[in-house]
Amino acid sequence: MNQIIQLSATELAAKLRAGEITSVEAVQAHLDRIAEIDGGERGVHAFLHVNTDEALAVAAEVDAIRAAGGAEAEALHPLAGVPIAIKDLIVTKGQPTTAASKMLEGWMSPYDATVISKIRAAKLPMLGKTNLDEFAMGSSTEHSAYGPTRNPWDLDRIPGGSGGGSAAAVASFEAPLALGTDTGGSIRQPGAVTGTVGVKPTYGGVSRYGAIAMASSLDQIGPVARTVLDSAYLHELIGGHDPADSTSLNEQVPALIAAAEQGATGDMTGVRVGVIKELQGEGYEAGVQARFDESLEALRAAGAEIVEVSCPNFKYALAAYYLIMPSEVSSNLAKFDGVRFGTRVLPEEGPLTIERVMGATRAAGFGEEVKRRIILGTYALSAGYYDAYYGSAQKVRTLIQRDFDAAFALADVLISPTSPNVAFELGSKIDDPLSMYLNDVATIPANMAGIPGITVPGGLSEGLPVGIQFLAPAREDARLYRVGAALEKLLEDSWGGRLLDQAPELSATTTGGVA
Amino acid sequence: MAMHQEELVDFDVALEKYDPVLGFEVHVELNTKTKMFSSAPNVFGDTPNTNVTPVCLGLPGVLPVVNKTAVEYAIMIGLALNCKIAERCGFARKNYFYPDTPKNFQTSQYDDPVAYDGWIDIELSDGEVFRVEIERAHMEEDAGKLTHMGGATGRIQGADYSLVDYNRSGVPLVEIVTKTIEGAGKRAPELAKAYVAAIREIVKALDVSDAKMERGNVRCDANVSLMLKGAEKFGTRTETKNVNSLRAVDHAVRFEIERHAAVLNSGAAIVQETRHWHEDTRTTTSGRPKSDADDYRYFPEPDLVPIITTPEWIEELRARLPEPPAERRKRLQAAWGYSDAEFRDVVNAGVTEQIEETIAAGTTAAVARKWWMGEIARLANNADKDVADLGVTPATIVELNSLIGAKKINDKIARQVLEFVVAGEGTPSEIVEKRSLAVVNDDAALGAAIDAAMEAMPDVVAKVKGGKLQAIGALMGPVMKATRGQADAGRVRELVLEKLGIEG
Repeated sequence: MNQIIQLSATELAAKLRAGEITSVEAVQAHLDRIAEIDGGERGVHAFLHVNTDEALAVAAEVDAIRAAGGAEAEALHPLAGVPIAIKDLIVTKGQPTTAASKMLEGWMSPYDATVISKIRAAKLPMLGKTNLDEFAMGSSTEHSAYGPTRNPWDLDRIPGGSGGGSAAAVASFEAPLALGTDTGGSIRQPGAVTGTVGVKPTYGGVSRYGAIAMASSLDQIGPVARTVLDSAYLHELIGGHDPADSTSLNEQVPALIAAAEQGATGDMTGVRVGVIKELQGEGYEAGVQARFDESLEALRAAGAEIVEVSCPNFKYALAAYYLIMPSEVSSNLAKFDGVRFGTRVLPEEGPLTIERVMGATRAAGFGEEVKRRIILGTYALSAGYYDAYYGSAQKVRTLIQRDFDAAFALADVLISPTSPNVAFELGSKIDDPLSMYLNDVATIPANMAGIPGITVPGGLSEGLPVGIQFLAPAREDARLYRVGAALEKLLEDSWGGRLLDQAPELSATTTGGVA
Repeated sequence: MAMHQEELVDFDVALEKYDPVLGFEVHVELNTKTKMFSSAPNVFGDTPNTNVTPVCLGLPGVLPVVNKTAVEYAIMIGLALNCKIAERCGFARKNYFYPDTPKNFQTSQYDDPVAYDGWIDIELSDGEVFRVEIERAHMEEDAGKLTHMGGATGRIQGADYSLVDYNRSGVPLVEIVTKTIEGAGKRAPELAKAYVAAIREIVKALDVSDAKMERGNVRCDANVSLMLKGAEKFGTRTETKNVNSLRAVDHAVRFEIERHAAVLNSGAAIVQETRHWHEDTRTTTSGRPKSDADDYRYFPEPDLVPIITTPEWIEELRARLPEPPAERRKRLQAAWGYSDAEFRDVVNAGVTEQIEETIAAGTTAAVARKWWMGEIARLANNADKDVADLGVTPATIVELNSLIGAKKINDKIARQVLEFVVAGEGTPSEIVEKRSLAVVNDDAALGAAIDAAMEAMPDVVAKVKGGKLQAIGALMGPVMKATRGQADAGRVRELVLEKLGIEG
């Protein structure tokens, strides 16, 4: 494997600054890796679109600025020239945006998401758009209309979802950084099952403008990376107030890089870590529980005070989530009707009235899971059912927030396994939505309360990654970087290196791709 | 248009038996620079689909941002209608599929309007004041504009295809909803018209709307039901949509009362539905059934945060309110020196602003009134239009008056000129020029005509010579005839006296 792609984003950035590597070399190395392992019969299939020309052009521009030196070179963002992959739910000018749906096949956005504008301004070459469950609905990336992504640890297993493409791209060294979106765990659960790092920022911490909305009150864009420090750099870049997003917090991005650097000392003295009683034990695989317990021990040994906290209303979280989320989905996805953009399907027979064209378009354009949620949400919002469903679910949301408030009175951060299980086999849960939904049981409460969460690699269970999740109070994302980096350091010391070093080698031979 | 002929009962007969109950929803388009939730320009009449951004096209990924000026205008409307202003309010999504609604939901206020519980006093033509209670005034966004192509009627039924213009999509609206209005009796149509006129006057005075009904800046949905006199329970109502002129509001309410009475008299039930108003036939036709259970699946708009109104902000906006209409009327009446009856006629004719502007532009109050309440009112009546829709502006009158003052035209010609203005032939000066209407005060031309008239009417000449100066009037006819009405009457008189050697 080319050594360049093994580098973390911050390592690569340092070498770019030092002139040891050019950005064009870095981008080309990643494009080569994508060409080698992404497209074959058993390829990772993390990418829906590869943005070769533009990525190389941006890299060349950064190289030219660096070569010229002077103020402009000095002013370059620390991540300038470091390539990044973008979840295909985030709109980009000049590249297609599909949301992994037939509904948007071939659609080109006329505008950039706010996070994309920031990435362009910082001159990170965009490698392309990554796969996801259609409109981010799913926990396995199997609901993509363009075929599933495979887990680099085991190509017969799912990479998590909905952001399986971004997580798999980062885990398989196709990209050092990626953007994800997290509505109920779509950054963190894929991070957990691919042995990578993913952060869901505080709601409002990163602009949602240009992220195709799934559930507006729950969605957040966040960083996907291989290290906590890399995530901090990317998070600081994309975060901050955006006047185009009314729900964006009007305050400075916290000092996340500094927090990660502080955590990397491994010292946890004085940090109170709350173990959420309800997010462990029954329903969690033994191997997951074992890695979780070991992580707690490592933190305790490093000086953390471990306390148990109880969040009794979390047992309603999943049910409430599956009322609020689909309700918002049913409204947010109404705009996909074939009238103004995207796919338009005409009914095969009968008159071409607007209702029938909209109906035929939505029948053909949406996949099963999307339709399931639209129908569920339409029902939940209907007159006569609203109070019992949407109304009750909103009350549960308040109760979950209160549970968190009480827990954070006792602990600085909370900890749980990110996912109750390791990556399952492709196809094994596709016909069992309820079992699929349970993958997000530990990640959903953070979205319901608007608080931030991080997943860091916690070791392996039967050769597959286990993720450890930390949660912090709203606006206290920095705490996640502190404890995340600490756990990362403690565990890597115990493993004698990165978890991803234990992943199987991927090549054109293993993926059926082109050498 | 082929249409089922509705059975009607004579208005007065209907109201001997029934009491009408009214309710109005008036939509006011605000004249903010940009739209309700996007930075797209809010401009009427531009090339279709040019005043749009990704936000008002509802493209994937976009988010709304509330236009603060629109909120301020809504609060000002609420204050002017004596409403309470909510300390905290928000937006909701009204979900329904229609191609003029880009997101397939309308962002609107639902159970927490910005303004509520207000009232407005309406002065009727007999001087009686009728208080209309305001239930709420809330903010929402307008839809795009559909144009149905092909087909005979311009309606969606039978059209070959439809075009949609999203320039209007997202334009800020304030919807003003009255409580049910009882007790108007026979004056229901008049009250309806006066109420809408009052709303229009207020939003115009606030300068929060262009307030042009013909452009849809102010649109009225009129709810009408009848109940037997003495009954306690309201009858079933119909909602006549988009009644877009003051006269039409009067006519639509009158028509629905006559129609309801006929239906009820026949023993049938009124269907709760929307009705379409047809200006050409002055009738309504059945729209879609409307039940109170229409399910729009409202829920709070998660992409927006609540609006908090502080007392300081509200007071700041209250300070920006113009003079209340009643006080303004009192002041104008005194300034113009009109009698109570004269002034009430002016108000009822809806020409207060026109007269004010005409006077401001340099005519006397008497001249302004003479034109707006005289010839212009007559022309409007003949054309069956609102005065405001006639195309006559205060500038027209000022120009006309200065042409008279300069003796370029006389009163009679001025009235002709006005007709040509209404016909769209241009400004008064252009018309006088183009149609060669300037009065003849060329003494040579007039002299010839006078000589001919005096020769033909020696007895009249003798009377004038004998001191009966008013007999000169008899000479005017032939002189005017000879000059095609363009003679300057004053000059003719002077010349006659001169020719007869009489001191004038």
